[in-house]
Amino acid sequence: MAKEKKRKAAEEAVDGDDYIEREDKNPKKQKLILASQIKNKEKRSAVYAKLKHEKRVEKRKKIKARDAASKQALELGEEPPEKMVPRTIENTRELDETVCRPDDEELFAGNDADEFSAVLKQQTAPKVLITTCRFNSSRGPAFIKELLSVIPNAQYYKRGTYELKKIVEYAKNKEFTSIIVVHTNRREPDALLLIGLPDGPTAHFRLSNLVLRKDIKNHGNPTSHEPELVLNNFTTRLGHRVGRMIQSLFPQVPNFRGRRVVTFHNQRDFIFFRHHRYVFEVKEKKEGLKDKKSKASQGKTEKKAIARLQECGPRFTLKLVSLQHGTFDTKGGEFEWVHKADMDTSRRRFFI
Amino acid sequence: MQNDDVIWDVIRHHHCSYMAKIQTGNFCRNPYNVTGICNRSSCPLANSRYATIRDHDGIFYLYMKTIERAHMPNKLWERVKLPKNYMKALEIIDKHLEYWPKLLVHKIKQRLTKMTQYRIRMVKLSKKVREKIMTVPRKEVKRESRREEKALRAAQIENVIEKELLERLNKGVYPDICNYDEEIFNKLLDKNKEEEQEEEEEEEAEVEYVEGDYELEEEEELEEDIEDMGDFLKANNFDDIEGDEDDLEEQPAKKKAYVSYPLKQDDGTEKVRRKGKKVVVEVERDEDMGNRQHNAM
Repeated sequence: MAKEKKRKAAEEAVDGDDYIEREDKNPKKQKLILASQIKNKEKRSAVYAKLKHEKRVEKRKKIKARDAASKQALELGEEPPEKMVPRTIENTRELDETVCRPDDEELFAGNDADEFSAVLKQQTAPKVLITTCRFNSSRGPAFIKELLSVIPNAQYYKRGTYELKKIVEYAKNKEFTSIIVVHTNRREPDALLLIGLPDGPTAHFRLSNLVLRKDIKNHGNPTSHEPELVLNNFTTRLGHRVGRMIQSLFPQVPNFRGRRVVTFHNQRDFIFFRHHRYVFEVKEKKEGLKDKKSKASQGKTEKKAIARLQECGPRFTLKLVSLQHGTFDTKGGEFEWVHKADMDTSRRRFFI
Repeated sequence: MQNDDVIWDVIRHHHCSYMAKIQTGNFCRNPYNVTGICNRSSCPLANSRYATIRDHDGIFYLYMKTIERAHMPNKLWERVKLPKNYMKALEIIDKHLEYWPKLLVHKIKQRLTKMTQYRIRMVKLSKKVREKIMTVPRKEVKRESRREEKALRAAQIENVIEKELLERLNKGVYPDICNYDEEIFNKLLDKNKEEEQEEEEEEEAEVEYVEGDYELEEEEELEEDIEDMGDFLKANNFDDIEGDEDDLEEQPAKKKAYVSYPLKQDDGTEKVRRKGKKVVVEVERDEDMGNRQHNAM
């Protein structure tokens, strides 16, 4: 039975497999066998080496042909043949219906009516309360110090043994616009709880890969100008909401003279936080160095504007664990989004 | 045959499966034991007349066993429900164990006291909010860290940020960005004076961003040179540009000291400028602007 199956498989030889033709004395009986079926190790490895070499030679031929074709097309003034785009996870992401479209009326209406619109429309200035979990140790305080320097108008309050709900009330009385709770686990900051006020949503993030300012090489020192915000890749509705929540932590009028930029970059549901100081420069680029044949463009210097970044401030990644409607209330609250184990089954599906 | 002494002898000297020996003494694991210690008087197996209090779901029950029922293990223990009120429970105990040995009754009342106390404490604790510790399977932890690494590599954050900033610059979001480098300029001041004459002719039109919006560039430029620059001569601007660009090529990695340029919009707090030292203005070339400037000039 097994032998029959093998024979059938051999007959339907696919290109990718390592089939070799067995030299048989009787030409009629020549059949294809898998290279892995050869029992002799030396012979088998020799066959594999040959196969690999053949493949490599073929690949090189293809690349050469492609380059030659594109060069020819350029010289003739025609359009070069289309460049092949590599397939990435972002290219092959599962289609998500909740991706925001630029012309979505409902989205804008929702934005006007949501909890952050007051801050985002500059009716109230953001005021952030930072606190920790009950037991704070090791890197926690250092991280909070840096957070205080990143977020303007942020204040740190010690936790004590107050319940979170009481802290929320207290903050409401003092007119804060959001609370950040840094949770420590095993002497490392582990999770971030972002609570919007007065009745904003509660976002629970898992924190990882924290690098403090002193551990960054060639770091810069941030000033106290209001930073610019860059929020990348928050495409879906959920992502849009989270993005607005993050936006409401920062003042909406950045001070461009300070040249500070705070970035939240979402990639595959991981939100990377970076804090830079930037400067624009003119860079001279000499064209024509690669192209030896064309004499006309040699020696010409093109000046391009580039931006240079100097990293300052902490660096960490966030992953959204749950988003709850209303302020912190795990038992009675309504969860808009909770991460469940079976959301991880597909490698091409992302939610933010 | 029910002889307590024999039973106790056998249990104590040979083997009792309820006995737990630890360094502080012998304890009894039997759930019907009143005190919890392995004793002649506390052993529920070696006493044919015995009573305990046991707790079920927050309600206390008085259990009693008598020698009359010793041959029916199924119906050995008689159960009485005790009220939640401490005083009333005491009265009920007294009523049921009226003619029983005082020692046992005393022990039972002590047990009742202790159990009431811990019941109160449990209720208080359950009302308090405590953090619940949840474990994450190691497989998931590893998977997450792996995915995070790959996502980081795919993100190419620095490139994206730089592109975004340049886009914003081109769109005109920044009204007055300018920065210049004092050190580099001072070093190459002499060199530049030589090159200045040659390059002035070749020089392509470049835009200076001194202040104001892009659109107002051409109009205000000349005036600004004279008004704002103060100590500076107008001719120095070109020097500055050329010198600076050369520097950029040669020393790209040097750390720059940024001094803010006194703008018209400033509050009037100018940074101190030493006499004789001139300031370099870094310029950017924007292709469109170059053309416009050309036309204006």
